[in-house]
Amino acid sequence: MSEKLLNKTACKLSPLGDSAIVITFGNGMEYSIHKKIKLFLDSLEDEPFVGFIECVPAFTNLTVFYDPLVIYKNQKQSNGMEDISPYEVVRSILDMKLQGIQEGKKLTHRTVSIPVCYGGEYGPDLEYVARYNNLTTDEVIHIHSTGEYLAYMIGFAPGFPFLGGLSEEIATPRRSSPRMTIPTGAVGIAGMQTGVYPISTPGGWQLIGQTPTKLFLPNVNPPSLLQAGDIVKFHPVSNQEYEEMVLKEGLQ
Amino acid sequence: MSLRVIKPGLLTSIQDLGRKGFQQHGVIVSGAMDGYSLRIANMLVGNEEGEAALEITLMGPTIKVEKNCLISITGGDLSPTIDSRIAPMWKPIYVKKGSILRFEGCKSGCRAYLSVAGGFTISEVMGSKSTYLRGGIGGYKGRALRADDLLECNESTRNLGEWEVKGSFAFPKWFVNNKEFFPDRKPSIRFIEGSQYEYFTNSSKDSFVEGSFKVSNQSDRMGYRISGPKLELQDNGNLLSEAVTNGSVQVPPDGNPIILLADSQTTGGYPKIAQVITADLPMIAQVKPGESIQFSRVTLKEAERLFLQKELQLKELQVSISLALKKWFVI
Repeated sequence: MSEKLLNKTACKLSPLGDSAIVITFGNGMEYSIHKKIKLFLDSLEDEPFVGFIECVPAFTNLTVFYDPLVIYKNQKQSNGMEDISPYEVVRSILDMKLQGIQEGKKLTHRTVSIPVCYGGEYGPDLEYVARYNNLTTDEVIHIHSTGEYLAYMIGFAPGFPFLGGLSEEIATPRRSSPRMTIPTGAVGIAGMQTGVYPISTPGGWQLIGQTPTKLFLPNVNPPSLLQAGDIVKFHPVSNQEYEEMVLKEGLQ
Repeated sequence: MSLRVIKPGLLTSIQDLGRKGFQQHGVIVSGAMDGYSLRIANMLVGNEEGEAALEITLMGPTIKVEKNCLISITGGDLSPTIDSRIAPMWKPIYVKKGSILRFEGCKSGCRAYLSVAGGFTISEVMGSKSTYLRGGIGGYKGRALRADDLLECNESTRNLGEWEVKGSFAFPKWFVNNKEFFPDRKPSIRFIEGSQYEYFTNSSKDSFVEGSFKVSNQSDRMGYRISGPKLELQDNGNLLSEAVTNGSVQVPPDGNPIILLADSQTTGGYPKIAQVITADLPMIAQVKPGESIQFSRVTLKEAERLFLQKELQLKELQVSISLALKKWFVI
């Protein structure tokens, strides 16, 4: 059985300053690119190289952070040379590792279902989103809560997922003037994206509901409920269910 | 041993060298804006380089020292005094119980670091004691210091011995020459090309190095907004969000760059014209709003050389400080 190897030439490696390397796997928001990024991330974390700090997956690339001092010392020890570029050392390590990735490998995805109380005081923009798309609010809720969304990356705020897969039927542009504060747990839509705010921050998303589920968990490892590669679903809950869940979450 | 906050100052928070390993979960790195000054402050009191210290911004706090302790103050000169006498910077100071430490105003720089022997009694969150202000975690109760806060200090692992103290404090004659780390010149910030450098027009690339940029009042630990010649893209290429880091210079559509700093978000979607070299990040931390900076371009190789040179300098400094401290510590 021949397994297709990741085509090394398809990846572009470039520096992000003197302590990180960006590996670009393609252009655009595509599952095939996400898969390569995730496979490589997993292999790096399973077998980190000396001086590896962490990596950050994004839509089209993976950024690998390293400690240039550790790389330098390690290299100096092994070959006695003084003229060492930590970037070149890490680059060649990554080049080699990239050749070992098996593209044929299947990714496993975790599915996480998030309860959402749609509309009313929890979703002040639900009616706007419905009007904008010539739908009823129930239709918007139905479309949003039957979709399956892939978390391509976590960023912007702790635990904040960048989700792909929103139906065009309910896509809505950002608000013309952003809100000064968006509450923790707010579920929103911005263009073709949907997401949940894990901490209270300013923002311009159209808010359609709110979840009692905590997405940022500072005392848990990992501190984010969602990880890149997760499949996210939303299921509607009533006001009463929402409030009961908030009480329960608060007690934990 | 403890320090009591009488007045908190403008923004005083606990910071170490940052929270690493959680960026893929959206958790920012945080940590000292001026890592070199933090590390030297720790060396001066015999701590591990990366121990947490107080980062003090522009207008410093008033602090009551409630037990005899060894402290050091480095970074920007915010005019520290102890019981109204000038307190020396860049050296260890033995302070007697009951003394009042004050910062009288900013003379130069922007951020000072106050370290205590043994470090503060702060528990780690995700492997770091740094305060993540927006996330409300780490440091002292996840926030900047307020009046009446009580900072407990760990017992120093070293015995401080008997100090001859006339008045409130005592200190050795020697000090660290900070000019070796912070040259007295107009801040020229060195950078290597950012990931989207080629997206910018040639005239914008030129004016980035020829122009002077003023640091706006909307500048904080997350980033400095700077204004100067407007920077333009050749075409509005569609950039998807990707990792950004301390020192990334991103340019939003209004053409005014933002230098992301210690509290940088983990990802961003604006094109990056430049990446400030690691060795110059502490210099930016000491530039205050209203001041101007200039940029000069270096190669990655040069950035690496400058980084390693600074690390070597710090290592040498650490060795000589340890030797000097041996006279003060009873082993």
